[in-house]
Amino acid sequence: MIEAPDLSWAALAPLLLVFGAACAGILVEAFVPRSVRHPVQVGLALAGTVGALAATVLLAGTREVTAVGALAVDGAALLLQATIAGLGALSLLLFAERSLDPARSAFVVSAAVPAGSPRDRELATVPRVQTEVYPLATFAIGGMMLFVAANDLLVMFVALEVLSLPLYLLSGMARRRRLLSQEAAVKYFLLGAFASAFFLYGLALVYGAAGSVRLSEVRAAVGTDGGGVLLVLGLALLVVGLLFKASVAPFHTWTPDVYQGAPTAVTAFMAACTKVAAFGAILRLLYVAFGTAEWTWRPLVYAAAIASMVVGAVLGLTQTDLKRMLAYSSVAHAGFLLTGVIGLGAAGTGSGLAATMFYLLAYGITTLGAFAVLTLVRDGDGEASHLSQWAGLGARSPITAAVMTLFLLALAGIPLTAGFTGKFAVFRAAIEQGAWPLAVVALLASAVAAFFYLRVVVLMYFSEPVADGPTVGVPGVPTTLVLAVTAAATLALGIVPGAVLDLAGRAAIFVG
Amino acid sequence: MSDFPWLLAMIAVPAIGAAVVAALPRERALLAKQVALGVSLVVLLLAVLTTLAFDAGGPRFQLTTSVPWIPDFGSDFALGVDGIALVMVLLIGVLVPLVVAASWHEADGGPRPVRVFFAWLLLLEAMMVGVFVATDLLLFYVFFEAMLVPMYFLIGSFGGPRRQYAAVKFFVYSLVGGLVMLASVIGVYVVSAGVLGEGTFAFDTLTRLDIDPDVQRLLFLGFFIAFAIKAPLVPLHTWLPDSGAEAPVGGAVLLVGVLDKVGTFGFIRYCLPLFPDASRFYAPFVLVLAVVGILYAALLAMGQSDMKRLVSYTSISHFGFIALGIFAFTTEAGTGAVLYMVNHGLATGLLFLVVGMLIARGGSRRIADYGGVAAKAPLLAGAFLVAGLASLALPGTGSFVSEFLVLIGSFPERPVFTVLATLGIILAALYVLLMYQRTMHGPARGVLLQEDPAEPLPGAGGGGATATATLPAPQRSLRVADLGRREIAVVAPLVALILVLGVYPQPLIDLIEPAVVATLDDMGAASGGTDR
Repeated sequence: MIEAPDLSWAALAPLLLVFGAACAGILVEAFVPRSVRHPVQVGLALAGTVGALAATVLLAGTREVTAVGALAVDGAALLLQATIAGLGALSLLLFAERSLDPARSAFVVSAAVPAGSPRDRELATVPRVQTEVYPLATFAIGGMMLFVAANDLLVMFVALEVLSLPLYLLSGMARRRRLLSQEAAVKYFLLGAFASAFFLYGLALVYGAAGSVRLSEVRAAVGTDGGGVLLVLGLALLVVGLLFKASVAPFHTWTPDVYQGAPTAVTAFMAACTKVAAFGAILRLLYVAFGTAEWTWRPLVYAAAIASMVVGAVLGLTQTDLKRMLAYSSVAHAGFLLTGVIGLGAAGTGSGLAATMFYLLAYGITTLGAFAVLTLVRDGDGEASHLSQWAGLGARSPITAAVMTLFLLALAGIPLTAGFTGKFAVFRAAIEQGAWPLAVVALLASAVAAFFYLRVVVLMYFSEPVADGPTVGVPGVPTTLVLAVTAAATLALGIVPGAVLDLAGRAAIFVG
Repeated sequence: MSDFPWLLAMIAVPAIGAAVVAALPRERALLAKQVALGVSLVVLLLAVLTTLAFDAGGPRFQLTTSVPWIPDFGSDFALGVDGIALVMVLLIGVLVPLVVAASWHEADGGPRPVRVFFAWLLLLEAMMVGVFVATDLLLFYVFFEAMLVPMYFLIGSFGGPRRQYAAVKFFVYSLVGGLVMLASVIGVYVVSAGVLGEGTFAFDTLTRLDIDPDVQRLLFLGFFIAFAIKAPLVPLHTWLPDSGAEAPVGGAVLLVGVLDKVGTFGFIRYCLPLFPDASRFYAPFVLVLAVVGILYAALLAMGQSDMKRLVSYTSISHFGFIALGIFAFTTEAGTGAVLYMVNHGLATGLLFLVVGMLIARGGSRRIADYGGVAAKAPLLAGAFLVAGLASLALPGTGSFVSEFLVLIGSFPERPVFTVLATLGIILAALYVLLMYQRTMHGPARGVLLQEDPAEPLPGAGGGGATATATLPAPQRSLRVADLGRREIAVVAPLVALILVLGVYPQPLIDLIEPAVVATLDDMGAASGGTDR
């Protein structure tokens, strides 16, 4: 007879709430009449994510390993779960925006209808609204929250798939520019499956060498000498799989295409939440399983950080589409985040963990806000994301331009914004660990990246408006809320970051 | 009264003022200007009261306030002034109201709302005060970088035809310098953590650290590059002529008058005391850059046809003198350099303002487009002359005292560099007087020349004087209004200050000298005679 494993229900509450909301969402899809489905789905998804956020706050200070050692509920897991739940709730609000698109939703009514077919054109104008996106997104959020708490490589893999599959689907659901969206979904799926295979292969190698998939037992096998070729090779493959999700160069090639093709609300969700989840897993893997043999991963992360910063900053310069530009910005920021990972130091003695977690929060908020602004600027064919269309926006829509400028300055790392505090924290962590050459490269990359953020500011304020430029939609309550929260948080984390930094410092604990 | 947080008030008042001005409705342009003028006058009052509350013979840093800001980084919101910072704050207090008054019509009728211009101006004032009064290295850095944003928008939104290019160039140059400095700032923090067990950004504590000379040399470079871009020293100066020429006149005054002083202020406040060994090691190199800058920029200034570019180049030349004074490591030279920072702010500020008034009349920045203006606008010409003479450091103007102090203070230590720098004074006379002579004297010519109307001009300066027919029919004569009341109110205080400081600079020297002595003590350098 199989004994029921010992579960700490309280410690699992955030996960249970989100997965519960997702499952209930599927039932809603089946049983609730279409007329009220949208508000019910939005309410349910928000209740799940906000409830999870509240649960993580209540759980603060918990440090335990539960579910027969498969899950670790510790400071870092809870803080990252709270970040994912909070950013996820904001993303869901962007999904729920109905006043911007004339067709009342940014999502396609029926994704299965071939793009461009008569039926598709017919559906493009019906005011019916797609509500399956909410349970899908909630599942992805649940997967991400599981991902950062996984104390076991198998659970980590399952979580990776749970978070990835809904994202593949969501990417293909844009109401406009359907082919671009479908191409993005296929590309993301194929490359994502490839990366999952890497992860799985690495998992198998690690299991073969260590005899266990539990992180603590892997650590015992690793010791300080790395534990042999098989383990190190397994580590490398695992890291490759994770770097793919985190869109770190040279595993970033999907990022611009998928960011551009996916509905902007989904892009915002991916840019903010997937990044947090992927880095949460990277930190846990490197810290818990391989923390005693820092030399095994340090060169790899070092090289990937430099590649990512340089590729993101330099290719970002050449972009003419805002969504693609923000995608390369995401690649560059992944490199900055890896600088913080280097700051973990030997056996995790550095301040890198707290710094990276703070950076994830700051970057997530800022990038979410930037994408939210992108949804406002529209022309007849949907969102106007080409750079030239933003010329002179400052004169026509001063508040939108000002908010976008704030986010861009934060992404560039100008002081008094969240971006600066985050950069300072990760660079300090890296320099403390003697990685000052990496910090210098990071600073130079920041300067290059600042140039393309500035270009948008220049266009918005210093260029004359184009004749038949896009219109700036009046956002409904959800998007307004998102913009207000993200803008306020971007400023607050820049001017008075003390409390949050302190929280990150105290939460920088891994058990397992 | 000494408990009153003077320094915090001088940051908060303009910052709040900026928010108020920005929140005014678009059609209340006049109110925006009045609020901006009022706020900047309040700051001037605060600066004067701060000076009165400051005891020149007291401890080095006074009026200090400190509250924990980011405990995790060991950084405090710590403010305090020594004599050097105090005179810079006074300079800001004096210049900003004048800039507001001088820019009264700057943004009128443009595509961008008037209130935005004045809101950025006030925000810039708050940042500038902050950068000089911060006594926490991280706080200083934050102001140093944040200061770029208002200036970037002033140049980019309200500047001349090539404003986009100039604004981006300004921002990128400064940002690169700032980021290099950030590496050093973090480096200093990490070093302090290694020595003290816990990292700190407190200036007082950092000056007492004994940093390994090799490490010093690396960290020094990070600070030096940032400040040398800001100051700017040759060869990192190329952004200034563009920014100075394209910025609106008010922005240019603050850019050259105050913002660039942050660079030289940084040399004396941060480079010397934090990295004494490295400062001595790199001093010959810095002095070469300084002297090359004095001569090269002066030669370039002579070759300019654009008045605003010319004034920008003169500044680069003058910054060479300031750097020379700072890196000579003597009390006289250091005091002279700091005094020069003030006097240069006044003199070049006045020069930019007067040039701006001339440009506002003719609509062209080219020297060749003007001539014989003095005959019709004697007050304008007079102000131009005073500004020019102050710029070339004629005795009787404030600049003379400071330049003289720098040269006699540097000579015993660095005779060769000093002698070479002296050549810059001769060149200064050439570029200033040539510009003055070509625009103000000689035959009437250029854009201000207009065909005479059938009847004599109404108003002052016109009338019968046009009878001096120099050109064949159709009769053309120079039509230019002399300084108006608002312009006189802008120019007069600066002219007065330049002349007063030319004959009686002692009060400022009394403020500056103890701080310079303290800086050189921090360095452990042999400070020369202090009996000035």
